[in-house]
Amino acid sequence: MRLVTAVIKPFRLQEVQDALHAVGVAGMTVSEVQGFGRQRGHTEVYRGAEYQVDFVPKVRVEVVCEDADADRVVEAIESAARTGKIGDGKIWVVPVEQLVRVRTGQRGSAAL
Amino acid sequence: MHHYSAGDTAWVLASAALVFFMVPGLAIFYGGMVRRKNVLAMLMQNFITIAVVSLLWVWVGYSLAFGPDWGGVGLLGTFHFAALSHIGQLVPGMAGQSVPQVAFVVFQMMFAIVTAALLTGSIADRARLGAFMVFIAAWSIIVYAPLAHWVFSPEGWLAKRGVEDFAGGSVVEVDSGLSGLAIALVIGRRRGWPRELMRPHNVPLSVLGAGILWFGWFGFNAGSALSAGRAGTAFVNTNTATAAALLAWAAVEKWRTGKPTTLGAVSGAVAGAVAITPACGFVNTVGATVIGLAAGALCALAVRLKFRLGVDESLDVLAVHGVGGYVGMLAVGFFGTAAAKGLNGLLYGGGASLLGHQALAVLVTTAWAFGATAAIGLAVHKLMGMRVSPEAEVAGLDISLHEESAYDLEALSIGGRARHGGE
Repeated sequence: MRLVTAVIKPFRLQEVQDALHAVGVAGMTVSEVQGFGRQRGHTEVYRGAEYQVDFVPKVRVEVVCEDADADRVVEAIESAARTGKIGDGKIWVVPVEQLVRVRTGQRGSAAL
Repeated sequence: MHHYSAGDTAWVLASAALVFFMVPGLAIFYGGMVRRKNVLAMLMQNFITIAVVSLLWVWVGYSLAFGPDWGGVGLLGTFHFAALSHIGQLVPGMAGQSVPQVAFVVFQMMFAIVTAALLTGSIADRARLGAFMVFIAAWSIIVYAPLAHWVFSPEGWLAKRGVEDFAGGSVVEVDSGLSGLAIALVIGRRRGWPRELMRPHNVPLSVLGAGILWFGWFGFNAGSALSAGRAGTAFVNTNTATAAALLAWAAVEKWRTGKPTTLGAVSGAVAGAVAITPACGFVNTVGATVIGLAAGALCALAVRLKFRLGVDESLDVLAVHGVGGYVGMLAVGFFGTAAAKGLNGLLYGGGASLLGHQALAVLVTTAWAFGATAAIGLAVHKLMGMRVSPEAEVAGLDISLHEESAYDLEALSIGGRARHGGE
């Protein structure tokens, strides 16, 4: 099994969710995160004082899938999250040693 | 039996309630500007100030400010009106009094409260509650009451010299600005300031607060006429200057940083209301407009001062109330016109004497507010410690002082999908 993690622009979340659904992904974990890569932060001004905001709000999407499905999952996220502008995000894939469905105690692929 | 005016009395009591409403307005004006972990502590300090100063005022504060003068030198009132004894008498020295003294007591009480409450902006996010209460109580009696006597009481030494301060440019505005600077110096910078990001956590809250302040200021300024019939001039001038200052602050931002900000525009409105406070009954439309424009622009530029000085006077009480108060007090010396009510200023053929009186009041208020507040602050800091622990400051005052959080943010706000019928 593989864990696919994507950090994307928040406003693309709906499209990514729909694209994952279309390739048969049944569940995912989503969290609000902050960070930066090549897209730097922005400046805000309060009463004349300028604040450099380094971290940009992003959404992190995590999906566990079968080894054979990983490429399709990555491509689904990639095409749904892409706007072509700087700050579209990153996707990475790592192997998963074990997976447990807590309710039933099922292990491995059966727990997906 | 002295004859009182029902209309005047009704207006002064209604104005007292308007001024009272400025304190919750100030609380959320400031509450929106602090970080979200400190907003309840800010609201709490303001409401605690209402309670502490309300009690002090009726027991001793009013009497020290407006009681019969001690020794005829104009420095302090006696305890004659302590606990509102003898309150059926007339206000000492006040000519043509058409309002019962007890109504004047509550009107002036709200001034004492809101002036003290302004200091919460200077020490945001780091003061212990108990020490704050002791400080604000001492400040109200030792700094505010004497200054109110000097300027507001007809028996005060500055009033007798001819200082014109319609509603508190010196007693409220310059006073709070310089006292704020002093107590900010005593308590020290917030951890991480100015390196760390300390953005306002809820600008709409501050905008609403500024709107409430603008509304309440009609009572503050027009109520100070102590007459329904003469209140109109102060009322319209208050609105004119506030409007002009809003535009001026926003224009300065457009010029300096490229975009006008919401927080800047409403801060400009407050600065304009501040500056017209001493002048509202003494100037015409030209004066009110120029005062507003000058205050909006100068206060907008003055907010940078604290970074130059390295003083974390957190929510700019000095820049908005101190500088705005200077503008208004000195402007009376130029724009005062006998046609409105007071003496003629420099631009209306009155010569420089009024400007001299105003400058004296400003100098005295600056020295007194800064010096006496620093002394009280240092004493309280030495005896009790005014600051919370570093751990409490990092965790936020809401949790560490009050065991509360302002907002329940547990529900994830992303990924929600609206479901409409049939889908």
